[in-house]
Amino acid sequence: MQFIGSMFTLAIMSIFVSNFVLARFLGLCPYIGVSKKLDSAIGMGMAVIFVMTLASTITWLIQYYLLVPNNLGYLQTIAFILTIAALVQFVEMVIQKVAPALYKSLGVFLPLITTNCAVLGVSILNITEEYTFIGSVMNGFFSGVGFTLVLVLMAGIRERLEQAEVPVAMKGMPIALIVAGCMALAFGGFAGFKI
Amino acid sequence: MSAMKEMTKGFIKENPVFVMALGMCPTLAVTTSVANAIGMGLAATFVLVCSNIIISLIKNLIPSKIRIPCYIVVIASFVTIVDMAMHAYVPALHKSLGLFIPLIVVNCIILGRAEAFASKNNVLKSMFDGIGMGLGFTLALVVLGGIREVLGAGQFLGMNVLTEAYRSLPMLAAILAPGAFLTLGLLMGLMEIFKKKH
Repeated sequence: MQFIGSMFTLAIMSIFVSNFVLARFLGLCPYIGVSKKLDSAIGMGMAVIFVMTLASTITWLIQYYLLVPNNLGYLQTIAFILTIAALVQFVEMVIQKVAPALYKSLGVFLPLITTNCAVLGVSILNITEEYTFIGSVMNGFFSGVGFTLVLVLMAGIRERLEQAEVPVAMKGMPIALIVAGCMALAFGGFAGFKI
Repeated sequence: MSAMKEMTKGFIKENPVFVMALGMCPTLAVTTSVANAIGMGLAATFVLVCSNIIISLIKNLIPSKIRIPCYIVVIASFVTIVDMAMHAYVPALHKSLGLFIPLIVVNCIILGRAEAFASKNNVLKSMFDGIGMGLGFTLALVVLGGIREVLGAGQFLGMNVLTEAYRSLPMLAAILAPGAFLTLGLLMGLMEIFKKKH
């Protein structure tokens, strides 16, 4: 029971309270770049959830079974980014072979994920926050869900914005940032939310 | 003369943040104060210059298919150097930048310059390009950090610039997350107007 309780807390924390995009400022490039259409936002979100969960799992194992026993802690950054790059490439190949239909919808987003700072960010955060193995995997998954949530919300708003009359100078990026600011204000309401 | 041009283009005309909208995560995350902004900007500049130099030196040795992983290894090595040096010499700054120092690895400005410039140009040009882009990035961070620090705390680089009455009840939102998005959005809008006039 306690396990379910702590997982629930972790889920609320990583999806709403310290949302990856709006509170931690991670993964902003896809958040602004891929949020023009709802379909591609959903595709990107799914790909990110998948890769973040996998990356959390593998980097945690690397940190505690490879780097720490060999006193190689200082290689963390290099080891993690290479792992993520290799992982993304591997996932891309597997999906292409096993599920061509899924590859068609996720394929274009996968290469972009290597340089998504949310993935490297969650891997490093898992270590600095000293999560357990299960905690890391769950944190990866729920952070990905939080990212997808705001990405999809943003895409929905931006599809509407297309028809809105925006001052010429504010078209495109600037108005997207203002919208993001308003969303951050709304999500700020969750801050100080204690369970 | 052309080297000078490579350098200054990063300041305004091709400013990585305001014009090209690259490197958004550190831009928004660390600009809660000017000191943080300068620290982050200079760390990124160091990595950018060094990786640009190395990549333009070894560009002919790298097979084009695996060039991105190669660039990432070069960049990650310099990031590790910066990380360890800052931990040793400026621990307070290292702590307040926290996660965003290792995340310089995935800063799209650095990988972007490696791919778009250093892999095609000679060492000297790449170096100046790195300096220019790095300083342009720092400039953008300082502008953003300055506005947010003045509005949100009534201070600039830790010095009091606004009246005590303001400082006792500042516009806190400017320092919090929403302020980052709103300030950058408005600045980019201003930049757009500025570009149209010239």
